[in-house]
Amino acid sequence: MIQFDTVHKRFPNGTTAVHDLTLDMPEGGVTVLVGSSGCGKTTTLRMINRMVDPTSGTIRVGGKDVLEQDAAELRRSIGYVIQQSGLFPHRTVLDNIATVPLLLGWGRRKARARAAELLETVGLAADAGKRYPHQLSGGQQQRVGVARALAADPPVLLMDEPFGAVDPVVRTQLQDELLRLQRELNKTIVFVTHDIDEAVRLGDRIAVFRTGGHLVQCASPAELLARPADDFVADFLGAERGLKLLSLTTLADVPQAPAPEGGAWTLRLDATGAPVAWRHKDAESADIPVRPLRDTDSLLSALNESIAAPSGLVARVDAAGVLTGVSSRDDIHEHAGVAHEQGREGVPSGARGTARAAQDDPHTPVKGPGQTEPRAEDGTGDTDADGAPAPTTAERSA
Amino acid sequence: MYELFKNLGAWLVSGEQWAGSDGIGHRLAEHLQYSLLATLIAAAIALPVGLLIGHTGRGAFVAINLSSFGRALPTVGLVVLVFLASGLSMWPVYIALVALAIPSIVTNTYAGMTAVDPEVRDAARGQGMRWHQVLFQVELPLAMPLIMTGLRLALIQVVATATIAAYVSFGGLGRYVFDGLAQRDLVQVLGGAVLVAVVAVVLDLALSALQRALFRHRPAKSA
Amino acid sequence: MTVDWSWISDHTDDLTTLTLSHLQAALTAVLLGLVVSLPLAVVAHRVRPLRGLLLGLSNVLFTIPSIAIFVLLLPVSGLTRTTTVIGLTIYTLVVLLRNTVEGLDSVPAKTKEAAKAMGTRPLRTLLTVELPLALPVIMAGVRIATVMAISLVSVATYIGDGGLGQLFTDGFQRNFPTPVIVGVVLTLLLALVADALLVTLQYVLTPWTRRKRSA
Repeated sequence: MIQFDTVHKRFPNGTTAVHDLTLDMPEGGVTVLVGSSGCGKTTTLRMINRMVDPTSGTIRVGGKDVLEQDAAELRRSIGYVIQQSGLFPHRTVLDNIATVPLLLGWGRRKARARAAELLETVGLAADAGKRYPHQLSGGQQQRVGVARALAADPPVLLMDEPFGAVDPVVRTQLQDELLRLQRELNKTIVFVTHDIDEAVRLGDRIAVFRTGGHLVQCASPAELLARPADDFVADFLGAERGLKLLSLTTLADVPQAPAPEGGAWTLRLDATGAPVAWRHKDAESADIPVRPLRDTDSLLSALNESIAAPSGLVARVDAAGVLTGVSSRDDIHEHAGVAHEQGREGVPSGARGTARAAQDDPHTPVKGPGQTEPRAEDGTGDTDADGAPAPTTAERSA
Repeated sequence: MYELFKNLGAWLVSGEQWAGSDGIGHRLAEHLQYSLLATLIAAAIALPVGLLIGHTGRGAFVAINLSSFGRALPTVGLVVLVFLASGLSMWPVYIALVALAIPSIVTNTYAGMTAVDPEVRDAARGQGMRWHQVLFQVELPLAMPLIMTGLRLALIQVVATATIAAYVSFGGLGRYVFDGLAQRDLVQVLGGAVLVAVVAVVLDLALSALQRALFRHRPAKSA
Repeated sequence: MTVDWSWISDHTDDLTTLTLSHLQAALTAVLLGLVVSLPLAVVAHRVRPLRGLLLGLSNVLFTIPSIAIFVLLLPVSGLTRTTTVIGLTIYTLVVLLRNTVEGLDSVPAKTKEAAKAMGTRPLRTLLTVELPLALPVIMAGVRIATVMAISLVSVATYIGDGGLGQLFTDGFQRNFPTPVIVGVVLTLLLALVADALLVTLQYVLTPWTRRKRSA
């Protein structure tokens, strides 16, 4: 969908922001550009909608050279979300969202109707539309920023550190929302961040940049975490990259056993069969609450839970929350090891620089109960398509 | 002193003082005409300049320094100079008043434009607005409060200084001041000065009321 | 309109006297304005209810035409230098008061907190923390006030003073442009030199702002 071909950007002051970048961003996936400040990730993003023009090389969006298109027209066809949202303080939320439709000449009524529809899409109350941006919280402003970018239903969405200025709790919510929206809309998203955790959470593929505008590695989160190309990437991923890898693998393959009976700890269930707490046989100490996990939860949260549980056992439940069995700390450990091995071996070599096939099913139901959001990742990759997930999404008509 | 103010009061309210081509009503109209016309001409020159340097970010250094140079120009000297060069016409008055008004409008317009959040400007371009759409739909409305402040400031200075028209034998409220000075008639001098001050204050209040009415719902810049 | 150079060389003494008198009037006014506006600004900054009142009052003063201020002072101080200086002071007051209050407002609350937390008393905080940090904004006000005062002195020519402004009346009455041109040029030069000196003074007084500029 978006192709960079030996793109070079040198600014008038002599600094090279992007160094001979060749990169393919396939349709319908989230490509995250990460790196420390000054690595050229934002410049790369801004060259896609011609906020910055390259010094040399070509950039194509949907097969068309961006430099051959009128800059303003091009930008109207590409969604753009920036940090602090960049909302127009003198326009109501509704009119902010309606910006591009109005520029495209839809007429005020139709543009407003579309804007009202988008308020709901991004999870804002209808009465927020009449307010001014400064009357909203930071998180709400970011949602408006996303809605504004989506207004003309562009196939491509550029997001420049959109969640950089909100607190961690809100940031997690916004990330969840973005994943939900992406499952619904299946846009081609380019996302810039300096936060590697955010990159791992959101990205279908992650491009790591080094100062001076060099692309070091572009791979799926799993491959990146398992096989960093060099020490720079490894350092950037941080000491806990093994654990981060586990956050990409689900609990589904870990064997289950029936809940223990008559041991030191027994599992108390409620009337529906949902696990409630661990109870010691002496019943002297108070019950220890249990956080049951589903198959879609990550191996990382299973590991965490197994360490916290008094018996070393993790309660497993089905989609309805009914107990299906327990998994032991050892089994979870073993699978964590397997996940790592698969990460090291399971990815075909030579995949660097190009996006790997759609490695996860965008329709996997995710979201643990208010916890970290795991993503389905089986390590082997569902390599049936050339990087384009099936367009099962209900396309929104404008 | 008491006597003086009593006479001043009598001067200001007496009916014959207000009537005729030499009356307060006529002089007031003349004064307003000079002031408003000069401010309009100044705005027509200074607004585009301020908007352009604010939008492009170019030429700011030159424009700002020229403005402070303009502030240092002694108006009296300028009027006399143009008068000596052009002879008896309204040119000296208008040139001096326009030169006086331009710096406030340029600097405030420019300040208003630079106060626009760069993120907002970036977002406007990023949504696909062309340069004139960014300028008129985003930058200008956001810079408007400061632009209005500049216009107010300019108008007040111009009203105060339009007194000078009388010095080169034209009308306006300055007539009373200079005639009074020539005739050693302190009441008339004070009367003229008070009237000019009242006009300036009233115009300023009216403009600030207008400004409040226009931007009532406008939020302060988001934090 | 040509310049009569011989007139200039014949009148160097007069020109020097007028320039000095002009400068003296303007500088006295700015200094007086500072003396009056500093305490007022501190009060306006610290006592919220008085703030609107003081700033509003100074704004009203600004709307009164300079010639009117001079004339209105006539019953009080007559056709004297005092009238000139008081009139100019009233004018500088507006700019100085507003900028000093803004300067004090611009001092970060955290910095004041830190001074307080380390046990600095209010007066000491004002003198050693707030005023120095407010200095760039205050100096911007001093610069505007000085340039304004220098250009306004000539208005006092109507009440028989006015420094270089007397050259304008003289040239006007004799239909002789040279003194007018000389007067305008000298006024501009005075303003520019004074402004340059103030910039230098500020540079010397606020070393901590320099690094920011070069970065």
